[in-house]
Amino acid sequence: MSVETNVSIDANALEEYSKKRNEPEWLLNKRLNAAKQIDQLELPKPDKTNISKWDFSTFEYDAGEVPAIQNLNELHEDVQKLVDTSSEEQNLLVFQDGQPIYSQVSAKLEEQGVIFTDLATAVSEHSDLVKKYFMGAAFEDIEHKLTALHLAFLNGGTFVYIPKNTEVEAPLQTVNWQKDPKLGLVNHVIVVAEANSKATFLENYASFEKEEKAVSNVLTEVYVGDGAHLSFGAVDNFEEGMLTYVNRRGHVAKDGKLEWALGQMNEGSTVSENMTYLVGDGSYADTKTVSIGRNQQTQNFTTDIVHYGKHSEGYILKHGVMKDRATSIFNGITKIEKNATKSHGEQTERVLMLSEKARGDANPILLIDEDDVTAGHAASVGQIDPMQMFYMMSRGIPRVEAERLIIHGFLEPVVGELPIQAVKDQLSALIERKVL
Amino acid sequence: MSAPNLKIENLHVEIDGTEIIKGFNLEINGGEIHAIMGPNGTGKSTLASAIMGHPKYEITKGSVHLDGKDVLEMEVDERAQAGLFLAMQYPSEISGVTNADFMRSAINAKREEGNEISLMKFIRKMEEKMETLEMDQAFSQRYLNEGFSGGEKKRNEILQLLMMEPKIAVLDEIDSGLDIDALKVVSTGINDLRGPEFGGLIITHYQRLLNYITPDKVHVMMQGRIVKSGDAELAKRLETEGYEWIKEELGIEDERVGQQQQA
Ligand SMILES: Nc1ncnc2c1ncn2[C@@H]1O[C@H](COP(=O)(O)OP(=O)(O)OP(=O)(O)O)[C@@H](O)[C@H]1O
Ligand SMILES: [Mg+2]
Repeated sequence: MSVETNVSIDANALEEYSKKRNEPEWLLNKRLNAAKQIDQLELPKPDKTNISKWDFSTFEYDAGEVPAIQNLNELHEDVQKLVDTSSEEQNLLVFQDGQPIYSQVSAKLEEQGVIFTDLATAVSEHSDLVKKYFMGAAFEDIEHKLTALHLAFLNGGTFVYIPKNTEVEAPLQTVNWQKDPKLGLVNHVIVVAEANSKATFLENYASFEKEEKAVSNVLTEVYVGDGAHLSFGAVDNFEEGMLTYVNRRGHVAKDGKLEWALGQMNEGSTVSENMTYLVGDGSYADTKTVSIGRNQQTQNFTTDIVHYGKHSEGYILKHGVMKDRATSIFNGITKIEKNATKSHGEQTERVLMLSEKARGDANPILLIDEDDVTAGHAASVGQIDPMQMFYMMSRGIPRVEAERLIIHGFLEPVVGELPIQAVKDQLSALIERKVL
Repeated sequence: MSAPNLKIENLHVEIDGTEIIKGFNLEINGGEIHAIMGPNGTGKSTLASAIMGHPKYEITKGSVHLDGKDVLEMEVDERAQAGLFLAMQYPSEISGVTNADFMRSAINAKREEGNEISLMKFIRKMEEKMETLEMDQAFSQRYLNEGFSGGEKKRNEILQLLMMEPKIAVLDEIDSGLDIDALKVVSTGINDLRGPEFGGLIITHYQRLLNYITPDKVHVMMQGRIVKSGDAELAKRLETEGYEWIKEELGIEDERVGQQQQA
């Protein structure tokens, strides 16, 4: 069944789907409530990118039964490569078309009381806990058509819960492989790090279909409790056919720390939002993103950090490389609310254009409603400096290799500082493949 | 290996339509060190950049040959691989690329694929050359020239010179920004290269450098060409007397390149 705008949504079918998944009533109600609003609501309006003609509504949502696998080597070869094998203890969930097909959770994790499972399982086993965070403080309401579509047709997701005072050493990784282009990926990720806990979450999104059109609609909510420390890494690498809306939001309590490391490597049109609310005093957020645009792709990347807490600190560092005829907009917003005294916000956006026909725009915005703060921003969009090329070539380095070194060097301040080794390694390899 | 030979004949160079180098001639053989002196804005750096193939400079007339091969036909990297080296007056900064990675790429670019320098060998060589130049080893892991002081950049140019071992090196104001001790150290490095298989062209404003590296020939450049040549004594005379006497001798009123030649 496909969902199309202006086509009335079949409430009965949704109820059936929800029942099949053993969902509690509160979730079904959220679906139905959202479904009613889809037609009235408008698409979001990301700054400087017109997405009014992008079709986020044509997809099927019921993947049916997707058989599980027993062993990772049954996976598509390219999916296997995404699995982080850097730590001995492995905590891994693999999804195909939004459905869990493989799960490996260490005994230690279970002893610690950590929940690391697909959203459907979490909803049936820990309904109250999920309910507490699902569309919680990070997403106050249905904001636009895409949130409504998301809630109505939710068909995948992950739930992570780290109890207080718990430190999880090995990263918790999900690999989300979208195989069937007819199916939309409507994925909802919740990561909760309770007070004084510490963990690393890493997610991969991948598809390999170039031609056929597909849709993904991903919402992520991250809750970092008092004094907790969460590193959140993501590598988005959907193929050209995939149209993506991804919105990752964080909510950080007193003295909490949230580090985002986002590799935005999609090949298709993408709207990516990443917003962090620094709610508690002394809260801290650091967002580092690396993006590549190539071919005919249009992308919009918006990163916001909103400071409410006193002494809160927020850092945004975005580097993008643009090739071919790609268009990318990089928006950075640092907002410091009244009473967030002694806060500090900093952001840098840098775009390197490798082609005359590519378009890139960096828009750093500081919105400050409190006097007693410090903030700064820097942005640049430029091509490779011909003097740098001359310098390198004058040492005998051929043009292509000189370019490679310069691009590598341009991304290094972000890639080299990423807090998660696996993300660093994957990105280095991807960058090598895509631009060099 | 035979002694290298660089031959520049009747070179004319324009930038944005203005002729800067106007009939420059010079021949440098292996074993020789030449110095070029001359007032500001007389075309010394332009000459150096044009020889190396800087994209902004257009060569409208004349020729440059290295060991009989037409240099002007070559891409910038090919010129380097043929054995030319330019230590720049204002070296670029390249963020995110370490000094060591850069130099290893440069060395390997010269070598056949599959015959790259081993990492151990490279590190040993770099350490040794850095020691000669009394450079802190930490510089090998710093990003190329980024945040280097003026003198550190110059020293790094000479480090590259020692690593690359070119046939002919053009050193553009390698002494500016160097303190007195550094000047000695850098000179030692350059003198180590002296031999029948190496030729050098040193562009400088100061006799001081030439006290350490005695040139075989000294040329004075004005209005985009060599107006006077001599031996090391010429540099000493310039140091004490300046350029006025040469201008008088040749009837030059304004030595800069924009001016018409009077004589
Ligand atoms: N990109 C440019 N555009 C316009 N004029 C230029 C450009 N580059 C050089 N020139 C001019 O060419 C002339 C020669 O410059 P050059 O740098 O070669 O002088 P120089 O002899 O090296 O001087 P100095 O001793 O100060 O280093 C100068 O008048 C300079 O302004
Ligand atoms: Mg000069």
